[in-house]
Amino acid sequence: MKGSEKMNHVYDIIIIGGGPAGLSAGLYGSRSKLDVLVIEKEKFGGQAATTAELENYPGSIENCTGPALSERMKKQAEEFGTTFAKDEILDVDFTGEIKIIKGRKEEYHAKTVIIATGAEYRLAGFKNEKELRGRGVSYCATCDADFFEGLDVAVIGGGDSAITEALHLTKYAETVTIIHRRDTLRAAKSLQEKAFNHPKIKFIWDTVVEEAKGDEILESLVIKNIKTGETSELLVNGVFVFVGLDPKSEIFKGKVLMDEKGYIITDRNMKTNVEGVFAAGDVTQKSLRQVITAAADGAIAAISAEEYINEKFEK
Amino acid sequence: MFEVNKENFEVEVTNYTEKPVFVDFWGDKCERCKELMPDVHALEEKYGDKIKFCSLNTSENRRLAIAQRVLGLPTMIMYVNGEKVEVLTPDKINSVEDIENMIKKFCK
Repeated sequence: MKGSEKMNHVYDIIIIGGGPAGLSAGLYGSRSKLDVLVIEKEKFGGQAATTAELENYPGSIENCTGPALSERMKKQAEEFGTTFAKDEILDVDFTGEIKIIKGRKEEYHAKTVIIATGAEYRLAGFKNEKELRGRGVSYCATCDADFFEGLDVAVIGGGDSAITEALHLTKYAETVTIIHRRDTLRAAKSLQEKAFNHPKIKFIWDTVVEEAKGDEILESLVIKNIKTGETSELLVNGVFVFVGLDPKSEIFKGKVLMDEKGYIITDRNMKTNVEGVFAAGDVTQKSLRQVITAAADGAIAAISAEEYINEKFEK
Repeated sequence: MFEVNKENFEVEVTNYTEKPVFVDFWGDKCERCKELMPDVHALEEKYGDKIKFCSLNTSENRRLAIAQRVLGLPTMIMYVNGEKVEVLTPDKINSVEDIENMIKKFCK
């Protein structure tokens, strides 16, 4: 389809975001013989595409790396007829019966929209974090791990992501120090066990990072024990930050209902407060943000969108 | 794209003065780098007469990458007369436009 044709074309469903929620919505929408477009600005697979191992996704025991699973999800959706576009969405107009989505490259029109923009890693908030980003401060262990072969790295956080990525880093780094602000981990017990038994992993409890130091690249971290108030310096070549997520919902502010953190509020059928607009995955308000819950949301959203189209447009 | 490595980096980048040099630091595990690669090749077709385009596989040249203060992927660096003049770290690369904007500044 050429640019001008795309402009006038009205899709049944446009899905904004090509992570597990978006790809699963694409699959379900296309299987219902709907005309579906998935728009992604960066990489298909979203956060999953940069996750080392997804061993908690059912059926992914073999070749369970994030990139491999993402690729399979995309292929599956494609096979059933989902179309894809690479574009960054700058603005949306959900007020009319036909929804308008303005991208950097093109404007798109659809009967329904599924917002599946996901979430991104939150900054830890220490001094020089932004200045040394990509220079030793990283949010993606799969991308950057092999730089640190034989070197010393730290991981900030105590959840599933932090521990999974710390374990991945042990394949490369000489030592992996997990810095956590509490004295217990939130991560799944099976992950905790692996981490506690790993000879390369050390823990520093009740501690936060205050500052990253280094000339152009990271050389050390200034850390502070929040119970004793004592500060010290930890020499590391890399630090990987996994302290939580923030929703990527900025462009939808004031257009759909969200909570104070910016997560989009939906009902159990993934409907937002706006007719014809649905949301799925990490961008929604929910208690468990995982690939499996994102994929489930996407499936539900697509079927809800189909029902809405049947009622609204086919009469 | 001209493949640079630890053997030829000095000749092809640091001691090269004919045109500004653009180096795309990528790695075997970096999916984002591989995804950007076709777009960077397209930029070479567009600006190749004014800028020398190089790529460096950091997985095979880790020490060299660290010596160039690269510790995250993808990273794109412009060198003029061997001097590092502008660096795009991964957080500054949202789309190929960000790379093009840097390159355009050095097309005189």
